[in-house]
Amino acid sequence: MTGHEGWWLRLSVLAAVTLGFVAPILAGLAQTARVAFGLDAGLSSDVAPLAALAALPGVGTSIALTLWTGLASTVLSFFLAFELVMWTGGARRATSWLAPLLAAPHAALAIGFAFLIAPSGWIARALSPWATGWSLPPDIATVHDAWGIALILGLTVKELPFLALVMLASLGQLPVARLVATGRALGHGRRASWYWLVLPALYPALRLPLYAVLSFSLSVVDMAIILGPSNPPTLAVAMTRWFQSADLGLFAPAAFAALLLGLLVALTIFGWHLGERLVAAHARRRLARGWRALRAPRLGAAMPGVAGGLVAAGLLALLSLIVWSLAWRWSFPHAVPERWSLALWRDTGSGWVHVLAETAQIGAGATLLSLVLAALWLEGETRGRFRRARWATALIYLPLLMPQLAFLFGLNVVFLKAGLGVDWTAVLWAHAIFVFPYVMLTLTEAWHALDPRLFQTAASLGAGPWRRLLTIRLPCLLGPILTAAAIGFAVSVAQYLPTLFIGGGRVTTLTTEAVTLSSGGDRRVAGMYASLQALMPLAAYGLALALPVLLWKNRKGLLGQG
Amino acid sequence: MLSVKQVCICPAGRTEPLFAPLSCDVAAGEVVTIMGPSGIGKSTLLDFIGGHLGRDFVGLGTVSLDGCDVTHRPAEARGIGVLFQDALLFPHLSVGQNLAFGLGPAPRDRAARRQAIEEALETAGLSGFADRDPATLSGGQRARVALMRALLARPKALLLDEPFSRLDEALRGDIRDFVFDHIRRQGVPTLLATHDAADAEAAGGPVLRLAPEAP
Repeated sequence: MTGHEGWWLRLSVLAAVTLGFVAPILAGLAQTARVAFGLDAGLSSDVAPLAALAALPGVGTSIALTLWTGLASTVLSFFLAFELVMWTGGARRATSWLAPLLAAPHAALAIGFAFLIAPSGWIARALSPWATGWSLPPDIATVHDAWGIALILGLTVKELPFLALVMLASLGQLPVARLVATGRALGHGRRASWYWLVLPALYPALRLPLYAVLSFSLSVVDMAIILGPSNPPTLAVAMTRWFQSADLGLFAPAAFAALLLGLLVALTIFGWHLGERLVAAHARRRLARGWRALRAPRLGAAMPGVAGGLVAAGLLALLSLIVWSLAWRWSFPHAVPERWSLALWRDTGSGWVHVLAETAQIGAGATLLSLVLAALWLEGETRGRFRRARWATALIYLPLLMPQLAFLFGLNVVFLKAGLGVDWTAVLWAHAIFVFPYVMLTLTEAWHALDPRLFQTAASLGAGPWRRLLTIRLPCLLGPILTAAAIGFAVSVAQYLPTLFIGGGRVTTLTTEAVTLSSGGDRRVAGMYASLQALMPLAAYGLALALPVLLWKNRKGLLGQG
Repeated sequence: MLSVKQVCICPAGRTEPLFAPLSCDVAAGEVVTIMGPSGIGKSTLLDFIGGHLGRDFVGLGTVSLDGCDVTHRPAEARGIGVLFQDALLFPHLSVGQNLAFGLGPAPRDRAARRQAIEEALETAGLSGFADRDPATLSGGQRARVALMRALLARPKALLLDEPFSRLDEALRGDIRDFVFDHIRRQGVPTLLATHDAADAEAAGGPVLRLAPEAP
């Protein structure tokens, strides 16, 4: 009747997660470190890895670009998201406009964004020739620009909605109207009250999401390939190229760079944390001296416009994917295709159906595996009747905290050395490593939020633990389970590096295809693959919303709690 | 017959019990009322007896049914039913399926099961409600279904944890009579935890008062 219940269950799930997910990550990291420090006989060279890395052309620029694009996009997303939330006054209605951007995989959004801002992109077409006088695409680098502006904007379009959503969710727990009213009564302006009173109260809830955005932006590969500078590229793209090259001599410097990037991420987050404390101390001193901010900087008034413009650009980018996939003839500077065609979509022999099926298969498999593990993990907690220990939390979220490139590279080497045949099941497992934490993140709260007396009642009616799980808990959690499944599926569809490294080029998904095609000539094909990539998560979310409504049509008690 | 011997409960990691050790015997069809100020641990005591005690408490003493010690059995193997202040009908099952859940797997024959459920509904004055969504029932109707569900499981004892406190004043008397009437008729030994003296009076059995242990 106490903690012994479910002891075996907990031990088995813990073993599965540790051996299946955590151990491979650590093995991968260890292998990367061995290669980086020349300890791996097969892959070592005469030159020290650090010297070899430093000797590679453009490494310094790559590091600078990484820091610049990562920091700039995070700061920009943060302030624009806050401006957007302030502008809507914290109204949750705004979220429906952000949903497609949240659901779209990074690569799809980046490809659409490139279609929008390229010299021959939609914006240039819409303004030409009447406003610009261009009858041919201008010779300006708006994508792959050396300063990484396109990458910064693309990252911002993707991260701004995420941060805005986090802010809206946490604003619900703050007395925003009263805070702003108090600020104004004390002589601050409205915008100033938001910045000086609401933001400090909001910030603690934003800290971890911001660190996640920062870490992601510094190490992103797919978006940086599609939008970022190409010669030299950001560090993450550079090392992916080295790993992929036939020259084994590049492996050691690449592995060293992977560890370096991990260190850069950690240092940047630490620096950001110091920055937070400096800003907070400075602001407190100013406020304590009785300083009043009547007007926010004049530039600020335009910020909601910029934020709204970027959200609109993101939505247009997604639309442009579909438009391009349906275009047959679309020469510059026509604003819409001259001839439309379904030919690409009809040509089911061209391979897209196969790639779609493989993506769906891997996504569904990784999601199902993660859901089963998550349900068993949570059921173990329920039976043991205790809260999750901190070490267990760390274990679950470890894959999200580790530098992806660093352990995937090592894991790839482990696979090669062991001579393991790589097929889609290996990729499925690699995806599950990243899907599982998201499923746990989504499901945990709903799982424990169910009234425990419901299960005490079931037990008092003679239902044992498995019957309680299968006939009461799982059906009651249908909505949250489907939501977790949709998020997990979206995470899998969006994965680029795990497919690339573990699949070893033999397994292709919509994401790897779309990224490859984005550098090719035919926008129509790239548009089709990217549309499919963007539509799959949307379809999953749609199902997750629709199914409970259909199935529980006559069960108000389940739909109400939502 | 439900026997509780020398039961006391301590918050985990502490040695002072919530209340002085409690012993009582509840005969078939009898309703014993447990009263005490809120926070004294009435619900926790029922949790211990029913086998639902959480990890934040440690219980001592024995619980036996018809002379058989069940203290160390899991809740589902005790045969002790529970009614809370909310009816807690399973929201994803129809009213009839809720009753069938209480019935357990025992009668396998479909016709027999349906008949048992129909009879229970009729007793509750809810004939024809089998396919209804529990969320569409009134508070009183839900309380009656919850009792029927608990009784269909043929419990060896029943625990009532403030079962009437959420009901409207007007309904409370009716439901109370309905519940006690059926408990007596089925001869189930019952413990009632309440802070309402009218509940205790209607129960008609002995009243035990929980008090902090004298220092």
